Amino acid sequence: MSYEFALTVEDLTVSFDGFKAVDGLNLYVEKNELRVIIGPNGAGKTTVLDLICGKTRATGGSIQFNGIELTKFPEYKIVQAGVGRKFQTPSIYENLSVLENLEISFPRGRSVFGSLMFKRTQDVTDRILEIAETIFLSEQLNVQAGLLSHGQKQWLEIGMLLIQDPELLMLDEPVAGMSVSEREKTAELLNKISQGRSLIVIEHDMEFVKRIAHKVTVLHQGKVLAEGNMDAVQNNPKVIEVYLGH
Amino acid sequence: MNAFYSNWLGGKKGAIELAILAAFIFIVMPLWLDIFRLNLVGKYLTYAFAAVGLVMVWGYGGILSLGQGVFFGLGGYCMAMYLKLEASDPVSTAHQTTPGIPDFMDWNQVTQLPLFWEPFHSLIFTLAAVIMVPLVLAYVISTAMFKRRVGGVYFSIITQAIAAILTILVVGQQGMTGGINGITDLKTLHGWNINTESAKYILYYVNGALLLGVIMLCRFILSSKFGRLLLAMRDKEDRVRFSGYDVANFKIFTFSMGAMISAIGGAMFILQVGFMSPSLIGIVPSIEMVIFAAIGGRVSLVGAVYGTLLVNYGKSAFSESFPSLWLLFMGALFIGVVMFFPNGLAGLYDVYLKGRVESLAGKFKKKNPPAILTPAKTELQNEL
Repeated sequence: MSYEFALTVEDLTVSFDGFKAVDGLNLYVEKNELRVIIGPNGAGKTTVLDLICGKTRATGGSIQFNGIELTKFPEYKIVQAGVGRKFQTPSIYENLSVLENLEISFPRGRSVFGSLMFKRTQDVTDRILEIAETIFLSEQLNVQAGLLSHGQKQWLEIGMLLIQDPELLMLDEPVAGMSVSEREKTAELLNKISQGRSLIVIEHDMEFVKRIAHKVTVLHQGKVLAEGNMDAVQNNPKVIEVYLGH
Repeated sequence: MNAFYSNWLGGKKGAIELAILAAFIFIVMPLWLDIFRLNLVGKYLTYAFAAVGLVMVWGYGGILSLGQGVFFGLGGYCMAMYLKLEASDPVSTAHQTTPGIPDFMDWNQVTQLPLFWEPFHSLIFTLAAVIMVPLVLAYVISTAMFKRRVGGVYFSIITQAIAAILTILVVGQQGMTGGINGITDLKTLHGWNINTESAKYILYYVNGALLLGVIMLCRFILSSKFGRLLLAMRDKEDRVRFSGYDVANFKIFTFSMGAMISAIGGAMFILQVGFMSPSLIGIVPSIEMVIFAAIGGRVSLVGAVYGTLLVNYGKSAFSESFPSLWLLFMGALFIGVVMFFPNGLAGLYDVYLKGRVESLAGKFKKKNPPAILTPAKTELQNEL
């Protein structure tokens, strides 16, 4: 029964001019699960996230989220259904303050006229402060986002997704370019925010993966190569072959 | 009241800017200039509507429209049709083969008023059409483009093509539109003679008031979350889309509003200048409007007005002495602005004059105790 899963991806295929970047992929993510996707370069990891959030359109197969078929939805409706996506490079509004970045992401007043009439009421402010606290940016609320450090930008983007309270959160390399202490904090952050929602994380840093993953999926050439807990995957001969072989 | 002050006027800085502009338009110009020159300034101020629209569309929306003249022209033509019908009553056109229709129709052997002219007998319909016709056209164009994610240069080229198409259409359908000569010889607005000196003064003031009203409306829009979304979209369009917004709708709204603002300018143009012709709606005037906005400062609503006045003043002063050089000069000016001061006059003010003005203003305020709170902290308190 696919309903038990938050996300059910079945037979997902996308081909770019005949090249199958994702090839008959099946992926099941449970509620409250933190799934990490690993794989060598070009395995199709980012493409899978692009397909789920609607940035790329699937050639075939289905993506069901809480029983809703997402493959035909426009991007903004996928977001409104409860799927949040963080991009690989920090994707924030550099010219706006941290506060404004979070405010824009607040899920109210998303229509043209709604945004004209939007007021920063007490509940919005409270929520912004709460999220800022979670992402360690309480002190930087009025700083222009472009002036933040790389790690802080990554956190800000996570915060911009959290404020929408998505049921499924997809993070593409959240600790890329972070210092060791920032990685520590991010691991804590991810463990904390995985309560009550599902997370899909793409990551290369195996130490980091070990700290956060409930379950790991290894992609190779657009297909699932192995799946299971970290130890099982790391000792899987096929995985070792792909990472170290040739 | 407080919300009005901060959102519509733009806070203290915005209110001062508006007050200076209002004083300039309403007091300095009328006292300084005779009615002929003032009427000329009034004409330039109608172009400023298009420039203000472009500040919204191009400066904030990041959509370069090279067809703003289309909307200016449509607003103007709608108004002109009403005025022309009023000027073509059967008594004053009794010498025509078919009395009661506009003179150019008679010259073109048209014997019956075309159907789409009929509703323009009504002033209320006309006023609605001035707004609605350009608005609907802009909505259709921008929906077709932005829903398909056509943007950037492609959009600019398409708007330019539309300007060319409309010009050809107007020129070609001489019997219905007045052709290349346009619609001339206008006399009254609902029985009120618009050619008298007092009418010219009144129209000048109405025009100025409308312009300030439009700037305030734009201020309101920019101060809302909509304004911040425009900035966000210019910065990272995908992030906005993946934050649950239908980006196309915001662009459609901005473009359509820019069109509406230009159309108001077009209608005021015809009332003050007294004629409308295709030379005002084509590619060249559309590009001139972009230059007005660029020179004034493409992210400054008030700057766009000064930019328009300055370029047009330059145009009449310069082209009187060197008529053939003007176009070259304007082209050079545009390139110079884009290369050396991309934020136009408003940007120059911010860089070179703002500090001095503020320190000058500070001299009068020295008696006040210095602020002790750190700027960051006060800002936080203001924000929240």
